[in-house]
Amino acid sequence: MGNERVKERLVNTDQSNGLQGRRKFVQASMFGLFRIAAAINGVALLIIMYFLVSRGWRAINWTFLTQPPMESMTKGGILPCIVGTVCLSLGAILVALPIGVASAIYLNEYAKPGRLLRIIRLGINNLAGVPSIIFGLFGLAFFVVWLQFGVSILSGALTLGVMTLPVIIGASEEALRAVPDTYREASLGLGATKWQTINRVVLPAALPGILTGAILGISRAAGETAPIMFTAAVFYTPSLPSSIFDEIMTLPYHVYVLATAGTEIEATRHLQYGTALVLIVLVLGLNLVAIVYRARLRRRMQ
Amino acid sequence: MGKEGGKTVNIRQRREKAIRIAFFGVALASITTLGLIVLFLFMEGIPIFKEVSVHDFLFGKYWYPTDDPPDFGIFPLIAASISVTAVASIISIPLGVLTALYLAEAASYRVREWVKPIVELLAAIPSVVIGFFGMVVFAPFLQEILDIPTGLNLFNASLMLAFMSIPTICSISEDAIFSVPIELKEASLALGATHWETIWRVIIPASISGISTAIILGMSRAIGETMVVLMVAGGATLIPASLFDPVRPMPASIAAEMAEAPFRGDHYYALFATGIVLFAFTLLFNLLADHIAHKYRQVGAATL
Repeated sequence: MGNERVKERLVNTDQSNGLQGRRKFVQASMFGLFRIAAAINGVALLIIMYFLVSRGWRAINWTFLTQPPMESMTKGGILPCIVGTVCLSLGAILVALPIGVASAIYLNEYAKPGRLLRIIRLGINNLAGVPSIIFGLFGLAFFVVWLQFGVSILSGALTLGVMTLPVIIGASEEALRAVPDTYREASLGLGATKWQTINRVVLPAALPGILTGAILGISRAAGETAPIMFTAAVFYTPSLPSSIFDEIMTLPYHVYVLATAGTEIEATRHLQYGTALVLIVLVLGLNLVAIVYRARLRRRMQ
Repeated sequence: MGKEGGKTVNIRQRREKAIRIAFFGVALASITTLGLIVLFLFMEGIPIFKEVSVHDFLFGKYWYPTDDPPDFGIFPLIAASISVTAVASIISIPLGVLTALYLAEAASYRVREWVKPIVELLAAIPSVVIGFFGMVVFAPFLQEILDIPTGLNLFNASLMLAFMSIPTICSISEDAIFSVPIELKEASLALGATHWETIWRVIIPASISGISTAIILGMSRAIGETMVVLMVAGGATLIPASLFDPVRPMPASIAAEMAEAPFRGDHYYALFATGIVLFAFTLLFNLLADHIAHKYRQVGAATL
């Protein structure tokens, strides 16, 4: 078949311009299609940002950021939501970071390839794929009811922590893998034990990468709604939390509540846009920090 | 080394072993959690099957959990979940894979440095924000231009879901495309194939397992996504007949009704049982993705 094609091409040298032209045309149009697909993503991001910023920025002022909601949430600010979201995402990372980094250390430094490792990895991959609402159900059944933590910061942070675990493990593993083996060999060669090597050489070298992962984990936890609907968040609470057993308001849940269940959905539209804008600035801001930081790290490695 | 030295070495070894075991124990946390999730879903979900049979629950066409007597048939919810996922995939698979091809093959290094973060930021947008956008911006727009009763429908939800799964599909596909050995590409180009012919005949076949994994994980993300379908899909428990019907996928039903369901009543159990079904879907997707990734692992030229 190949031969025939070559022969054909030799015979038709005069027309080969046409054939080459067609091949080039196909290539150009396919690459054009790639470009359009990539551009659509950018346009989607821009459209969403445009609507949130253009309709939300007017709602944002000092009162909005520093006052609790007033007059059955039709006026006032979102301070309790901001505090709640910060509490929950920091709590989540407090749970997920130690467990995640330790898991990654085991997987990358200790584990030998085999069935056991495969099962652990399968567990992590599947945990990463569990829908957020299932985490909500699990948090409700396990933390809220079975462990009797009630609807509280503690339950919410644990639920979100479990959910962010795969993100942290993934990022930490990548960071550990990026540490050159020569570091380990040099340390072991000097007579250090494996743990000393990990603790004094590998971990410090991997720390920036792990921190990047932690930032991404915080941002993921901050933006989630479904896992905290039944475990931590409430419509409205007048006071800021005073203990980890308090229920709280959060930014994502506040957006949802105002947009769907408020008494005056139309009248609070600007508050909804404002809350969504604060949330997205928080989340995308954290992500940008992580992206820029990581790009700098990579450049330094090269 | 004397007796003393031997003892220190022994202590050191023992301590090393203890540390190793401790790390192993922590590494089991993920799989333990997964086990606990399954356990508690079943514990809270199984009691509903004393009231309705598994068959009636899965294939019953009526979901009226608060009526008297209540109907616990989640078929409309399953149908809704499958249809939003299918429509979302029709949009997200081409866009995701083409963007991945663009990033891995067509874009220059500088453009890549800009486009990749855009995809990552798209992935980072909280689902409630996308749901909010679909609800207050896109739904009225859709309602107006198509002149339909409601903009909160299957199509709107699918489109929003598509943009949530594109980043998943794109980044995993890109990794797969990127890791195709350069020799394969060079050989094809050296034979006179154009870059596109090389992509179509060599690079895509060589990375098809990774791309399939990406697509399955993207679909898994779409079927499990909650806030978008809760806010945008319309909420009617109908088996959808048209692209613009309002629907109520499984996650939306759980999220919307759990707050009102009496604790450990039949409705509560039924929602947990819906959770089991949803979990089973995503578990299936994830196991399938894992299977493909392992069985057809890319190992050099042998994959072609």
